[in-house]
Parts: sequence; C-alpha cells; structure tokens
Amino acid sequence: MNLREITGLIFIIGLGLLIGAVLKTLAFGITGDVGTTILAVAPQEIGTANTVTSVLLAYRGLDTLGELTVLFVAATAAGLVLGQRRPDAPYDPDAGFILRTATDLIFPFLIILGVYIILHGHLTPGGGFQGGAILAAAFFIPILASPASPLNHNVSSLVEGLAGAAFIIIGLVALFGEGYFLAPLLGKGEVGHFFSAGSLPLLYLAVGLKVGAELAGLLARLAETEAIDK
Amino acid sequence: MLFWVILMSVVIMLGAAVAVLILPNYLAATAAISVVSLALSVLFVALQAPDVALAEAAVGVGVSSVILALTLRRVGLWKIETDKDT
Repeated sequence: MNLREITGLIFIIGLGLLIGAVLKTLAFGITGDVGTTILAVAPQEIGTANTVTSVLLAYRGLDTLGELTVLFVAATAAGLVLGQRRPDAPYDPDAGFILRTATDLIFPFLIILGVYIILHGHLTPGGGFQGGAILAAAFFIPILASPASPLNHNVSSLVEGLAGAAFIIIGLVALFGEGYFLAPLLGKGEVGHFFSAGSLPLLYLAVGLKVGAELAGLLARLAETEAIDK
Repeated sequence: MLFWVILMSVVIMLGAAVAVLILPNYLAATAAISVVSLALSVLFVALQAPDVALAEAAVGVGVSSVILALTLRRVGLWKIETDKDT
C-alpha cells in the first residue's frame, strides 16, 4: 500500500464516521416547525407567491450572497488556471450549417426564457440561478457555432461586477434603512402581482445577471483554450 | 401514474449511472452523466420541487456537462471513436 491509498482509506473512514455521527444525531425527515412556519407566514410577511424565493432572498439572503461568492471564486480560479491563449493560436473551424442556423433561431428565445425565469422568480418556480444558467447557455451556443468570434470578456466582467455590486448595495441600503442587512425593502405589494415582494425581484435580477455573465465567461474561457495537438 | 413516473426516472438514472462506469468513450460517458441529471430533474418535479428541478435541468444537464466536455477537449480526450475501433 502506498501513501496515496492510505490517505484515501483514512479519508473514507473519516467521512464515514462523520456521516454516521450526523445521521445518529439528526432524526430523519422533517424536524422542528421551521418549514411549516415559513410556509404559513412567508406570503404575508415578504409578499412572494413562490415561498422558495422568500427563503433564498429574504430569510436567508446572506447565504445567497455566500453562494454568489463561491461561484465568483470558482470562476476566477478557473480563469486563472486556464490562462491566456497565444494571440496567433488558430481557432476551431465554424460548425456546420444546421448548428449555425439553429443558433440564430434559438438565441432570442433562450434570452427571453432566461429573462422571464429571472423576473418571475418571486411568482413562479425558478429565479436568478436557473435563469442565469439559461442566459449563459444562450451566450455560449454562438461560440459553439462559430469559435472564431469569441465572447467579449470585458463586457461580461463589467456586467458581473456591476450586478454583484448592486446586490451588496441593495443589502447595505437595507442595513442603513431597516437595520438588517438584505432586509426586504419597498413594501410588499400584492401577492401574485408582478410588481410585488419589494426589492426581491431586483435582487434576483442582480443574481441572474451575475450568474449568467459569470458562467458565460467561464464557458467561453474553457472553449477558447487551445486544445492539445493530437 | 406518479409511481410509474418515479420508477421510470429512477431506473433511467441507475442505468445511465452504470453506463457512465461501463462506457469506454469519455464523451459518451459525459452524455450519460447528463442523462442522470435529466432523469433526476424529472424526479424532482414528481417530488414537487420545481425550483430544484429547474436548477438541476439548467446546471446539471446543461452547464456542468458542457464544462466536462470542454475539459475533455482541453486535456485531449475528446474523441468520437474509441481506441478499440481505430
């Protein structure tokens, strides 16, 4: 047995002990009444028709900020590792006619779907993360179709930075206005209407733009790296 | 009806997960991982978690498979034919 196998064995034993300990202390299934309380209280308190959004952005807004930070660090690290391509490196040839035509056709619909899912995050299932991933896919498909016209990384970085800053600024405004970081602002409105739930749609718009720009930049960087010569 | 949907998606998930281990071609294995996520998102809808299902469909099926495939291209394992065929 070499060192690597021993390390792996120790890791697996430790992980098993940890999971066993957690399973022993935690009862299986729903414990406590947090879930039922939030389900009963959230629509009146926050004004969202989609309860998941009220948890993600109002009750646990700080966790969402942490999630955004994790994604940001991951995308930055990937960009660092991948590095720059040589300026004279050749691009892959354009894809076939079918993929290029389908890209032109599908691009606007993907944009509309992504923006719809982001903006209706407080009403219907979905929200910033899901819509952002769809936006990233929309901007990545043209790169697949014609690799020689890459994404403008300056624009995507700018959108990403502005959206992330907007999320934190809304949180700070709430901190100085209401006394709590990321507390919901602007009143509740009427549950189920498009202009409701206060500042949550704005937060989700920031999340969606940030996730979309980040993932699109990451995918584009991965696609731009030079493939190893065979 | 719901029982059969859940059973179908679980069977597809298991089959695709086993296929990931068996398939000799890395690109095909990546596609099989995507199928696992697709069946999982159907399972999430059946379990009344549409938010999670959307996230799984967008991130699990789409973005992560594309990242895996692009990584295969970067490290030079992007081959349509397996070594046995050539």
